[in-house]
Amino acid sequence: MLKWITLAPLIGALINGLFGKRLGEKVVGAIACLSVAVSAVLAFASFNQLTHASAGADGVRRVTDYFFTWISVGAFRADFAYLLDPLSGIYILFITGVGLLIHIYATGYMHGDPGYYRFFTYLNLFMFMMLTLVLADNLLLLFVGWEGVGLCSYLLIGYYIRKKEAGDAAKKAFIVNRIGDFGYMIAMFLVFTTFGTISFVDKPGAGGEIVRSFLVTAAAMPVEGLWVFGTMTAIALLLFVGATGKSAQIPLFVWLPDAMAGPTPVSALIHAATMVTAGVYLTARCSWVVTKSPTAMLVIAVIGAATAIFAATIGLAQNDIKKVLAYSTVSQLGYMFLACGVGAFTAGIFHVMTHAFFKALLFLGSGSVIHGMHEEQDIRKMGGLRKYMPITFATMFVGWLAISGFPLLSGFFSKDEILWRTFSTEALPPGVGNALWGLAALTALLTAIYMTRMMWLTFFGQERFGQARPGHSNDAHAEHTDADHAHAALGKPHESPAVMWIPLAILAVLSLIGGLVGVPAAMGGSNHFEHFLQPVIAEAQPFGHTTPVAHSVTRGEVGTPTIDGREAAASESHVAKSEEHHDTSTELGLTVLSVILGLLGIGIGIAVFSKKPLRKMPKTLEEKYYVDEIYEDAVIQPIEHLSRDGLWKVVDVKIIDGFVNGVARMFGDISGVLRYTQSGFARSYAAVILLGAIIVIGYFSYIALR
Amino acid sequence: MVPLSWYLALSAVLFTIGVVGVIIQRNIISLFMCIELMLNAVNLTLVAFSRFLGDVTGQLFVFIVMTVAAAEAAVGLAIIISLFRSRETINVDEADLLRL
Repeated sequence: MLKWITLAPLIGALINGLFGKRLGEKVVGAIACLSVAVSAVLAFASFNQLTHASAGADGVRRVTDYFFTWISVGAFRADFAYLLDPLSGIYILFITGVGLLIHIYATGYMHGDPGYYRFFTYLNLFMFMMLTLVLADNLLLLFVGWEGVGLCSYLLIGYYIRKKEAGDAAKKAFIVNRIGDFGYMIAMFLVFTTFGTISFVDKPGAGGEIVRSFLVTAAAMPVEGLWVFGTMTAIALLLFVGATGKSAQIPLFVWLPDAMAGPTPVSALIHAATMVTAGVYLTARCSWVVTKSPTAMLVIAVIGAATAIFAATIGLAQNDIKKVLAYSTVSQLGYMFLACGVGAFTAGIFHVMTHAFFKALLFLGSGSVIHGMHEEQDIRKMGGLRKYMPITFATMFVGWLAISGFPLLSGFFSKDEILWRTFSTEALPPGVGNALWGLAALTALLTAIYMTRMMWLTFFGQERFGQARPGHSNDAHAEHTDADHAHAALGKPHESPAVMWIPLAILAVLSLIGGLVGVPAAMGGSNHFEHFLQPVIAEAQPFGHTTPVAHSVTRGEVGTPTIDGREAAASESHVAKSEEHHDTSTELGLTVLSVILGLLGIGIGIAVFSKKPLRKMPKTLEEKYYVDEIYEDAVIQPIEHLSRDGLWKVVDVKIIDGFVNGVARMFGDISGVLRYTQSGFARSYAAVILLGAIIVIGYFSYIALR
Repeated sequence: MVPLSWYLALSAVLFTIGVVGVIIQRNIISLFMCIELMLNAVNLTLVAFSRFLGDVTGQLFVFIVMTVAAAEAAVGLAIIISLFRSRETINVDEADLLRL
């Protein structure tokens, strides 16, 4: 059944891609939405099946679906097979669920666009690739999805093919991601050479024996010391390099803000809810390896926290509504990696899910605003929109509170969980957790401030859109010359159609209640989410302990399936859990503090921006710390210089061309001499034959007579 | 009885005339006839040896040579005719398309 979850969108993409041009908007939209709907229904059914499945020997519930063996060379084996376990289960639920809502929304948003069928082809293809990514049962198939979503991201960022800016942004995204993919590939090679398999599940080997998943083998390995660059550290860090590319972390985050050149539903689906969280998925999936390296954990946590606060400060000063949300996404992704780095992988995944709800909501809401404002994206030219777009306002209001950490909304629970786990982490050197908590808490404050600024400038205060606007300079729909833009001249914002606001409303409800699946024990909840994920996620080692919690499995004794690294790890972690209960007061104290920070942020935002909404923001922030300019000077220019003056003009022209031309000239010269023999006179040829005959006969005569 | 060496000498003379003719002649017909002369010089040698060694294989071989020579003559003459039709000449030196 799993394969149909992914195949349904692929079939949709094929139909729309091949025949979409002749089918007309309604049919194309229906096919696209229907295929994702089928996928969503199957995903929920599979998830249900998963929750009723009996746990395997290692305590993990799994549903697998084997397609075919893709590559089998020697010991190397890569299957085209899907694996549904709690981790991928949660991912497919929100991918198909949020994906379906965004598809429905897009049928309204893209109405009248000449590339309608192309858009939905790419979008369906993206769904196929994303689901393949999370359902893959080995690193190579995961990489197929990984590259596939990268391709779709490229195609959709550059969707407005007539806009140079969109094409440039698409290329930037693709190239920056390629740097990350390099790390991923090396990590994959290392995993194979170290463990002899790249599979996430145990597989029968060539000789009938069971080849253990590399995650299980890794679970039993000793923890490497801090700043010891062993194999585990190398794999973990290289995987993280891949993750920084896909999930837009420092230093590879630069593509994500530019990716906003794509249509808004794309920003919501790919660049907020799903694709960019693939890096978090990868880190959580390989948590058994990552937790073996305190170095990698530290790097991940520090980069995550740094990205969070860095992007949040930039988000404060952006004027494009989508850019604010883009930096916000980068910042929230930083939170997720911070969670992974401190060993709270479940909290990271929890935040992935709640973030998918509220950020998709905010992006779709911003799309609705842009639509209603006739393609205006500059929040300085909005204001007072809540009168004109009450539904969009109401839904975005929920998103705003959710991301700001307003109590009992989805973002509150997940963010608070991350903050608490950062503060109390034992996986990092003493003090580091507290310092990172400080950064994360400050980021929470900044998040509330910049979201308040965005909301205030958009929906409250004075109306600023009546003033003369210098043309459609910010026009995201360059190809969008539909009739409904005829009244753009009137300048009156309007509410979006039902097909757009219904998904918004559903997402708003999800943002309201989505956090309740993971209410922490300290607040009287039972944290279903964490317990559900627990078996597939490794427990981080307390810092300084180098012996693995799991001691029973070595690669030699794979024949004993009942004792397993994961089981041992899980049981020990439960012991650790019960010991943790005493300090709930600290946890509750921190929760209160983060609520205060969130409300304070909203308060500061309102206080500062209600009086002077167009307040000048610091230039450094507005210019995004000049990161693009620094990269231009430090990376792009030297490479271009080296390529042009070194590789092209010296290596290529002088050496390679010189060699090729030299060989050609040599043969030319030899031929120039030889061509004198080709006189074209038949009689001279005859003479040469005669001469040859005489030489041959003479030679043999000489031998005979000697 | 005429000794073998006489036959061989005659044949060598004929062959040499043929070779020289091929090299110095420009008329393609003469050139062609010189080739026939060389073939027949060889034939003469074969027949002479066959007679003196008492082995008929040599004579059979001559028949094969004559058959092939006939076929060659047919093809060769056809080429000469088409050459003449296209170039209005039977001078081999003027058929020099391969020259640079």
